[in-house]
Amino acid sequence: MMTDDNVRAETIRNKKERRNLYRIIGSYTFIIGAAIVLFWVLCAIFGRMLVPFDPFADDMLNSLSPPSTEHWFGTDQLGRDVFSRVIAGARDILTIAPLATLISAVVGTALGLVMGYFGGVVDEVTSRIVDAVLALPTVIVALLALTALGTSIVAVLFVIGFTFAPIIARTVRASVLTERGLDYVSAAKLRRESSLYIMFVEILPNIIPPIVVETTVRLGYAIFTVATLSFIGFGIQPPSPDWGLSISTNYGLIGGGYWWTVVFDSLAIASLVIGVNLMADGIQSVLND
Amino acid sequence: MLPGNVGRAMLGPFADQRAVDLLNHEMGTDRPYLVQYGDWISGFLAGDLGLSYAYRAPVSEFLATALLNSLKLSLVAFLMVVPLGILVGVIAALQRDRAIDRVISVVGLSASIVPEFVSGIILILIFGVSLRWFPISATWPTGAGFFTQIYYLILPSVPLVLILFGYIARMTRAGMIEALDAEYTRTAILKGLSYPQVIWRHVLRNALLPTISVIATQTVYLIGGLVVIEILFHYQGIGSLIFTAAQKRDFPMLQAGVMVVGALFVATTLLADLIYAALNPRIRLGSQ
Repeated sequence: MMTDDNVRAETIRNKKERRNLYRIIGSYTFIIGAAIVLFWVLCAIFGRMLVPFDPFADDMLNSLSPPSTEHWFGTDQLGRDVFSRVIAGARDILTIAPLATLISAVVGTALGLVMGYFGGVVDEVTSRIVDAVLALPTVIVALLALTALGTSIVAVLFVIGFTFAPIIARTVRASVLTERGLDYVSAAKLRRESSLYIMFVEILPNIIPPIVVETTVRLGYAIFTVATLSFIGFGIQPPSPDWGLSISTNYGLIGGGYWWTVVFDSLAIASLVIGVNLMADGIQSVLND
Repeated sequence: MLPGNVGRAMLGPFADQRAVDLLNHEMGTDRPYLVQYGDWISGFLAGDLGLSYAYRAPVSEFLATALLNSLKLSLVAFLMVVPLGILVGVIAALQRDRAIDRVISVVGLSASIVPEFVSGIILILIFGVSLRWFPISATWPTGAGFFTQIYYLILPSVPLVLILFGYIARMTRAGMIEALDAEYTRTAILKGLSYPQVIWRHVLRNALLPTISVIATQTVYLIGGLVVIEILFHYQGIGSLIFTAAQKRDFPMLQAGVMVVGALFVATTLLADLIYAALNPRIRLGSQ
C-alpha cells in the first residue's frame, strides 16, 4: 500500500540519486580513474587474444633483450615478451581482488547491520573481535593463515575477504546507528516486521552510498594486498604473468641494469591502484556533500 | 599453535613416516594441543619463547636483533614522515578548497595506495641503479657508524613515508580546519595577535591532538610494510624474520614474531593515549 506522500518521497529520492550519479560521472578524478581501470579490465578480458607474443612462450636465444621494435618492453630471463606478459598479467589480479572485495562487502555489511541494529551485548562482543582483527597488519595475518592452510587462491580470497570485512562492518555499523532512530524504522517495528526485514529491506537501501564508497576503497587495498602477497610468494603462483609475481622473479636482476623486466609491471600495479582510488575519491566527494 | 603435522611439514611429503614421528616426538609436537599450548604460554609469560625449528637456537636471540634493526628503520621513516605530513597538512588547511589543497589530497591518497614494493622498485631503479646516490641494499657493512647506518636506511624508508604521509596530512588538515573555525581562534585574531602567532600558539596546539592518535594506529600498517621493504632491501628485521619463519614453517619463530607485533601495537596505542593526555589538560587524569 503506497500513499501519495510515499510516492512523492520516492520520486524525490530517485531524482537526487540520478543527480548524484551525473555528478559522479562528471567529476574529473572519477573519469580519469575509470578510464585507467577500464583499460586494465579490457586487458584482463581480451588481452590474451590481442598480444603480439604468447605470454608463456620461452625463447632462450632472446633472453633479457632490451626494449626494441620487435619486443616493445624487452624480454625476461626466459626470453618471454614483457609487453605481452604485462597486458595478460591483468587477468589474475583483476579476478581475485574484486572477488575478495565482494566477500568482504557481503560479510561486512551483514555483520555491520547486526551490530548496529541489535546493539548491546552482540555489538560489544563483535566489536572486540573486530578490534582484535584490526590490531595485526593484513600482510601478517595473511602470512600466518597461508602458512597454516597452505598457499592457494581460495585461501588468499578468504584471508583478504575476512580481514577486510570488519573494516566494512565498522562503517556500516556507524551508518545503521544513525538510521536506527529514524521514524521509518519505528514505523516498521510498529507494523511488527521481522528484524531481518527491517535490516535488509528498510535500512540497507538507505545506507548504500557509504557502503559503495568503503567497498571501492577496499578494492584498492585488495589489489594492494594481492600484489604484495604475490610479490612475497604467497599469492598468485607461476607460471602466471601476474605483475607482483613477475617483479618477484625478476627484481634480483635490477642491480645488473635489466630495468625493463620490472619497471612496466610496477607501473601497471601503480596505475591500477591509483585508478581505483581516483574512482573512490570521485564517488566520495560527491556523496559526502 | 598452528594446525597440521609439523614434522611432515618440515621434512616434506616424501620423508619416511618414522623420521617424521621421531622429529615430532623430539620437538614435543606429538603431544595433545592443549598440553603444547599450556607449555608455550607458560614459557612465553616467563620470557622463554622456545627454540626455533629451523636454527635449533632460542628464538629470543634472533628476535632481539631483528627488533632493534626494524626499530632503526621505522625511526628513520617516522622522523621523515611526521614533520612532512604535518607541514603538508597545514599548507592544505591554510589553502582550503583551492587547487593546491585538492592536489595535496589526491597525491596523498594515491601515494598511500601504491604497494611498498612497487614504489621501492622504482626508487631503487632511479636512485640506486641509475643515479647511484644510494645503496640498493639496506644492510650496512659491519662496524658502520651512526651516519652510515642512516644513509643506508634512507632509501628503504621512503616507500613507508609515501604510504603514511597522506594519512597524517589528511588528519592534520581536518584538525587545523576545526581549530581555524573555532571561537578561540576568532578571539585570538580579534585581540590583535599576529597571524603566525595565532597559528602557532592557538591553532596548531589543538589541531595536532587527533594527529597523534592517527600516527599511533598507523604503526600497524608500518609493520605490515616492513615485511615487504625488508625483503626488497635485504634487511634483517622483524618483517623479514616473520617472512622467513613462514617460508621455513618455523612455527615457534613465527608465533613469537606475530606476538611481538601485536604487543607493539598495544604498546604504541597506550603510548599515544598517554601523550594525548599529557598534551590535553582537559583529560588529564589523577591531578586536580
